[in-house]
Amino acid sequence: MAGVAASGGSVAADTYAKARHWLLAPSWLVLGFFVFAPVCVMLIYSFLTKEFRGGVIWEFSFAAYDQFFFDRGLFGDAEPTLQWTYISVFWRSIWQAGLATILSLLIGFPTAYFIATRPEGSRAFWVFLVTIPYWVNLLIRTVSMKFLLRDEGPLNELLINIGLINDPLHIIYTNLAVQLGLFYSYLPFMVLPIYASIERYNFTMSEAAADLYATKWTALRRIILPAVKPGVIAGCILVFVPSLGAFLAPDLLGGAKNFMIGSLIEEQFKGNAGNWPFGAAASMVLLTMVVVILLIFARQQRRAEAQS
Amino acid sequence: MKLLTTSAMALALLANAAAADGELVVYHWFEYMPAELLEKFETETGIDVTIDTYDSNEAMLASLKAGGMGTYDVAVPGDYMVAIMAGEGLLDTIADGELTNKGNIAPEWADPSFDPGRTHSIPYQWGSTAFAVDTAAYTGDINTTDLLFNPPAELSGKINMLDSQGEVMALASLHMDIPQCSSDRGQLQALNDMLQEAQTHWASFNSDTSREVLVSGDVTVGMTYDGFAAKARAERDTIKYAFPTQGYVVWMDNVVLLKDAPNRANALIFMDFLLEPENIAAVSNYARYGLGVSGATEFLDPDLATAPEANPPATAGKGAFIEVCDQETQAVYDQIWTNLKN
Repeated sequence: MAGVAASGGSVAADTYAKARHWLLAPSWLVLGFFVFAPVCVMLIYSFLTKEFRGGVIWEFSFAAYDQFFFDRGLFGDAEPTLQWTYISVFWRSIWQAGLATILSLLIGFPTAYFIATRPEGSRAFWVFLVTIPYWVNLLIRTVSMKFLLRDEGPLNELLINIGLINDPLHIIYTNLAVQLGLFYSYLPFMVLPIYASIERYNFTMSEAAADLYATKWTALRRIILPAVKPGVIAGCILVFVPSLGAFLAPDLLGGAKNFMIGSLIEEQFKGNAGNWPFGAAASMVLLTMVVVILLIFARQQRRAEAQS
Repeated sequence: MKLLTTSAMALALLANAAAADGELVVYHWFEYMPAELLEKFETETGIDVTIDTYDSNEAMLASLKAGGMGTYDVAVPGDYMVAIMAGEGLLDTIADGELTNKGNIAPEWADPSFDPGRTHSIPYQWGSTAFAVDTAAYTGDINTTDLLFNPPAELSGKINMLDSQGEVMALASLHMDIPQCSSDRGQLQALNDMLQEAQTHWASFNSDTSREVLVSGDVTVGMTYDGFAAKARAERDTIKYAFPTQGYVVWMDNVVLLKDAPNRANALIFMDFLLEPENIAAVSNYARYGLGVSGATEFLDPDLATAPEANPPATAGKGAFIEVCDQETQAVYDQIWTNLKN
């Protein structure tokens, strides 16, 4: 490490070189206590035996993972076949979260671009507007969304009054309602990181591109997008990952009927099912999926950096 | 609401820290205790009450087993859940003479099968679970469980079910005329198939909004409790509570003394308070359910006795308490429930 400090050559680096581990200690403590320890507990519980009516018995068992991947019929003694129930729950979650990410990107990118191209003095105001919904609790925003969407709610009344439709649109308790809830909840997570990237972007480069006869589309595709890509990727991760595990929107807007992963897991701990090892196992599968996705992103990022 | 129960877990930490004199932590159903009565209790006794809520017996049990014990003093489980909780060793015993007003318990509720001799619990409210229908939107006969489990096409997608395994399974068993907790494989398979078909017509599973979705017109048929139906009718007078000819679920909620209650003495004061006819009548007047205490008639809202929700018509089937299944059958019930919600 001394070599690094020497090659870095700055006085500050030398001063803190010895205290490095101590300075990092608080972050390690926080990470260890709030991330690693709970994940370890989950991992252990996923391999324990389910106790009747909630709780666990301290006996090693693969039963939770078996239940996740194999269908043994209503009475648990049929020939095992592949379990589609939970795969379809995961699949539904993935495409709902994916769609929410794409929609957020389509709306969020122009919004961020708009904000970043305002005069410097008024940008803070626009960012402030984007964050206003966050002053209200997510639960309340989701319930409000339900009031807006319901068959006799304001949205349908408006559409009927202006003559666009004759019968109310049935949105509430459908996958569409869940999608709207996710998209609306997480849109600012897309806008803010992209805004941060675009704000740092040097717009004289766009002018240079225009001087060299690039069309606006080409300039966007070849100059701006590569420059703000880290922000776009950060935004996509910030929308996709929480959407994947969401349980409020499917519960309140989807009528607790079309389960997403989050509601499936919640039901194991708080609901009627009371199967902790299975809830832990489903969480581990979800966690593995998220980590794999993040690793793929990180690898692409590294490759892109190596290329440039 | 489920989120409330989740936040209850967080609150549990705070509640623990504050378990000094003059506290009482109640784990209760949503919308089940008038605020004025709580204030009355607090002024009379000087005890500060904290209430967390749950939306099904099963959710309450799960939360208590997941670390809620030692946090709450009393909870309000339904009949079958009292038996389950006693079996799990979650309940403390109330010794003879610890409750001054124990003699007020009405004779018919003094020695119930779910808590012989009332050693762990006192009656809170009793009522029934079936469903309510907006008769402005549906004009056919409402007194049949077909409306939930084999609905006519016009009701498809306009049905809300309680998010409560015990009550849905019991009513479904009544619908099929099979015994509750049947261990017969043919009957269980048929129950599963029937529910799988029925759920394609259901809009949602929700307990704490089961009244509101009827009033707002989100659904035309909503599985709910008789008291909720009465409150819904007060807001939308075309809503009618059904007493199916196939039968309906009856229940009694009970205040139980939890093991390791941090404020055991205050919990007993609270139970004595709820055994006073005037106080428990205030709960009935608010929640629109029956009570299990003698001498309360003079305090009750006269409308309560004549309410259609409290008076089954002659055509009504039998009322049945929810039964406690053995472990093997419960495992199949859990599987059926999982199939139902995915």
